[in-house]
Amino acid sequence: MTTTKELLRTWLTRQLAEPKRVWLEDQLDRLGGGAGDRDLYIALGLAPRRLGRADLALLDGDLEQARTVRSGWDPRGLSVDQAARILMLLAEGSVGRAFADRFRQLCRTADLGEQIAFYRGLPLYPDPELLEDQAAEGTRTNIKAVFEAVAHRSPYPMEQFSENRWNHMVLKALFVGSTLAPIQGLDARANPELATMLHDYAHERWAAGRPVSPELWRCVGPFAEGAMVDDLERVLNTGAEVEQKAAMLALASAPDPRAKDLLARNPAHATAAASEALTWDRLSHELGAG
Amino acid sequence: MMLIDPHAHMISRTTDDYEAMAASGVVALIEPAFWIGQPRTHVGTYIDYLSTIVGWERFRAGQFGIRHYCTIGLNSKEANNQELAEAVMEILPRFALKEGVVAIGEIGYDEQTGLEDRYFRAQLELAKELALPVMIHTPHRDKKRGTTRSMDVILEHGLAPSKVVIDHNNEETVRETLDRGFWAAFSIYPSTKMGNARMVEIMKQYGCERVIVDSACDWGISDPLGVAKTAKLALQQGIPGDQVRLATYANALGAYGQSGQMSEDDWLNPPPVDQRTVYEGNSILRGGRDPLVEEPKVRRRADELLIE
Repeated sequence: MTTTKELLRTWLTRQLAEPKRVWLEDQLDRLGGGAGDRDLYIALGLAPRRLGRADLALLDGDLEQARTVRSGWDPRGLSVDQAARILMLLAEGSVGRAFADRFRQLCRTADLGEQIAFYRGLPLYPDPELLEDQAAEGTRTNIKAVFEAVAHRSPYPMEQFSENRWNHMVLKALFVGSTLAPIQGLDARANPELATMLHDYAHERWAAGRPVSPELWRCVGPFAEGAMVDDLERVLNTGAEVEQKAAMLALASAPDPRAKDLLARNPAHATAAASEALTWDRLSHELGAG
Repeated sequence: MMLIDPHAHMISRTTDDYEAMAASGVVALIEPAFWIGQPRTHVGTYIDYLSTIVGWERFRAGQFGIRHYCTIGLNSKEANNQELAEAVMEILPRFALKEGVVAIGEIGYDEQTGLEDRYFRAQLELAKELALPVMIHTPHRDKKRGTTRSMDVILEHGLAPSKVVIDHNNEETVRETLDRGFWAAFSIYPSTKMGNARMVEIMKQYGCERVIVDSACDWGISDPLGVAKTAKLALQQGIPGDQVRLATYANALGAYGQSGQMSEDDWLNPPPVDQRTVYEGNSILRGGRDPLVEEPKVRRRADELLIE
């Protein structure tokens, strides 16, 4: 059975030319052979200088293989230095509390590039439940690129985050101007508490005269009742086109019978809401968020 | 006109300053690790400070379209706290290879004590080992002799003057600094270090080869537009544009670019914005050949009522 470590190593050695490949192999062998912290710090520091920052080239079948080896793993968008840094962390071979302590120390003194790389590796590390606190630190940042390294295209938050942490991550995504569609498990982990938080947030935005991301209604719809349905009705009737679409999708997912009535009232809305062409993913794509 | 401010302690400055600097043409700046106005008492606060200048401050600058670099070092004042100094020396190698670290600095002498000398020398050795340029802080008191001594020690340790910037020069030190082959930087810092009219006189007398102008703006009364104002004054006083460009842009790039961590491409051809990028691009450069340069907004006027 192939491991994530082997896959990363295969992709990197396939792509890197001689001097770079030799340097990386040498570092990995030394780290695997019990080299100390100082060697790890220097190897991590030198990675972009020695290997460059090109996109990690994925070929046909790689993504599938990644998902087979680790469900939900999405290596798209990684760069060579990021992949190498993740691999260096894995190469050392420690597990449990030892790995978690080292991971925390590394994140605490990381530069921006390192933070992004370390957090993108979250789905691959041993004993992931021990890393939750540090992963949560990554979602508290105001640096969007770092936030997204934890939150986007990763199965880690959906698997490890408590409900409160999950809810705050989704809300924070909107605060830092990020998007919701790339968050794995967005529908599966939707919950009434989050719906209430997002609904309140929408009201704060409206009170300040600021726009509300149409993506927000995706997590509200399945729990919409009472005042939430009133709001969706208003968005449906007075929002911009993309907001109306979001309201339709949210109403279609709402258990409240009044939601169905609202959609049925306007035949055009009812048809659109039932159409297979209207999905949250397409809507997010339209917003440039997909 | 593109400018580089190769000495700016932005951790102490506001977003208004970033806006004003970007509008004045600053495309890149260097934040030297230094004293923060009062002594640190634990290595932990030092670690957090260094983490801030390699991380958060870099991000903050990027939001204004300014590329942020930094230098890493134990400053001369805090070298006198031996317990702290030993611990900081331990962690420096961990930070010196971070992205955007363009030198070991600012290091040198304050009161020229034995401890200052010891850690100055240790850091020169570190710079040599990591092949990094060095930024030298020359002392405010006993300046002339302190500057000479700094250069003596650097040469004693076998560093090439072409990889060392001697900062905070004045009329008394510039001749020797240039004659010995070092880069000569000047901090346009009101009341204490150097005024910009004096600076222009130095440019007239010595030319601009290996001359670098910076603001050294920090937590004291200082001016983040020091480089922009000096460039403008120099042009007004008839110094040729290519000379002004050397002192306010190209020489800083030449000196600190030797780290391999700073290149014109960083601001002229930045990678497209994606999740690996924390740089928003420079609005002046984005404007194309005939950029619209907006006057920086003065937000502190109490009669500017609207806050949106």
